[in-house]
Amino acid sequence: MRFELTEEQKMLKDMVRRFAEEQVKPRAKKIDEEGQIPRDIIEQLAELGLFGVHVPEEYGGSGMDYVSYAIVIEELSRACASTGVLVSAHTSLVVDPILKFGTEEQKRKYLVPLAKGEKIGAHAMTEPGAGTDVTSISTTARKEGDYYVINGVKHFITNGREADIFLVFAYTDKEKKHKGISAFIVERGTPGFTVGKLEHKLGIRGSSTAELIFEDCKVPASNLLGEEGQGFYIAMECYDGGRVGIAAQAVGIAQAAYEDSLEFAKTRVQFGQPIANFQAIQFKLADMVTLIEAARLLYLKAAWLKDQGIKSYYLYSAMAKLFASDVAMRVTREAIQIHGGYGYTTDYNVERYYRDAKITEIYEGTVEAQRLTIARAILKGI
Amino acid sequence: MKAVCFVKSVPDTETRVRLTGNRLDKSEIKYILNPYCEFAVEEAVRKKEAGIVDEVLVISMGPSRAQEAIRSALAIGADRGVHIEDDNLDGSDAIVTARVLVEAFKKEGGLDNYQILLFGLRAIDGDTWSVPSMIAELLGIPAVTNIVKLDINGNKAIAIRMVEGGEEVFEVELPCVFAARKGLNEPRYPSLPSIMKAKKKPITRYTISDLGIPSDAVGKVGSFTEVLEYTLPPQRQAGKKVEGEPEQVVEELIKFLREVANII
Repeated sequence: MRFELTEEQKMLKDMVRRFAEEQVKPRAKKIDEEGQIPRDIIEQLAELGLFGVHVPEEYGGSGMDYVSYAIVIEELSRACASTGVLVSAHTSLVVDPILKFGTEEQKRKYLVPLAKGEKIGAHAMTEPGAGTDVTSISTTARKEGDYYVINGVKHFITNGREADIFLVFAYTDKEKKHKGISAFIVERGTPGFTVGKLEHKLGIRGSSTAELIFEDCKVPASNLLGEEGQGFYIAMECYDGGRVGIAAQAVGIAQAAYEDSLEFAKTRVQFGQPIANFQAIQFKLADMVTLIEAARLLYLKAAWLKDQGIKSYYLYSAMAKLFASDVAMRVTREAIQIHGGYGYTTDYNVERYYRDAKITEIYEGTVEAQRLTIARAILKGI
Repeated sequence: MKAVCFVKSVPDTETRVRLTGNRLDKSEIKYILNPYCEFAVEEAVRKKEAGIVDEVLVISMGPSRAQEAIRSALAIGADRGVHIEDDNLDGSDAIVTARVLVEAFKKEGGLDNYQILLFGLRAIDGDTWSVPSMIAELLGIPAVTNIVKLDINGNKAIAIRMVEGGEEVFEVELPCVFAARKGLNEPRYPSLPSIMKAKKKPITRYTISDLGIPSDAVGKVGSFTEVLEYTLPPQRQAGKKVEGEPEQVVEELIKFLREVANII
């Protein structure tokens, strides 16, 4: 057994950490306050090849693996959770399915610019009436000659403001239930497709969360991803991989909270000594670092299993997300506690980490859904 | 025209230095490409991108970890590497290092092939600041150290060197040694595709016998200087507070400055 990253993975981690530390972290507070990630950060991410980490070079990617991708998400999220999820949602939920299910033509047309970061991707499944229960979506796609005509409303769509390419899920045959859902690649600017209002959120405020409206939106039949009726499976595969990304994001947030707490505890003096001298604080720090390390190993294992092509990796990605999101909540809560009153103010970053952590328990499958996945898998004997 | 960068693998700036007895404990040190060498490599790669230079070679002497420093330079955009690794080299001082690097450089064609020789001004570990000038001397070519600007014009270069209170502008004929300081450029973050490409770029390995250097000419035996011991800087003492009436406090303070601090 080897717990070591490869030479390239180490170089990648060093580079991303340095980039995030120097270019993203100093602006994270502003990103949170203004609710927007500056365009130049997105351009730098693209230049560095961070929008197609695991995509083969022939499709414009960096040719690394899923472990590398997950490391990138942790390091970016350590600096700014909003920036982390921009890359994660783009990669896991749009790039990955086109890489896996796309035709050669679709890959040339959409995967290449997505992997290069010239275009940003957004995944559109959720609707006002369909969250965890994706089969209750009401968006439809009706075939008309060489086109599909899409009608419906999506909401809570991550990257909705920045994205150029949307992976949209709709029923092509409602009768067939989940086997009647299909996935379509829809370009921004397609007539009948508009991006609606943006949500105001508790955390990850720099990440856009948009409403999408489809009114007789005509999409070429060649933009169907996979086959008709395959949409549900495509989506499930997206979320299996996406959970690795969100687990890594949660670890990144927790890591930042822990580092800030450690520094604060060493310098904050009460009763004539640094509070790090007190066992009550020491125990909190010890728990934090232990939980974070365990969560990190779990997401790395899930990513590694995915790289090995082992199908049951989804069990590990569910465990990684379940555990890491809980760790992020616990660690960020304790981080505020260590900071005391200061931690409750916006003068320190820990309140932002706390707000950012919460979403990791919700999106790309709630913690309850993860437990269901895990329970079903173990009962099946996986 | 071709450029060569001489680089070094050094402990990360955030490394906590530990000692075992009076020797450095290297067991948990993380090594990086010396930050000053990064300026040198970046400059060479920019000269290549500007079409002035058509090859950038990177040479490093050191244990196996020196290879990682070379890879980092290759990820910035250098074309190929030379790694001199030999157990006999352990304990070599600056002049021995310079001699070995010169032999490796000659093996690669030396001054017939390379006209721009770039270095970091200093290595953040040994901090001798001397190897660039030593190599220039051994090769019989000029050296401009501490540079913040380098323009190449045909066979000539204009280099701006920082000195106390101002700048010196040098015009030199190539070949020439240049040693980079902070401010020469802003090194790029190596992109992921560059990191992957770096993996495929060739690194040639030499031992001292490949370079025709006898083993007693290197290492501790071949060196003029030897590191006898390492000690950590003294721990910072807690501050002293002088309290009381002004006249009394001043008197006590003067006494302290005179007798304890030995300042006045």
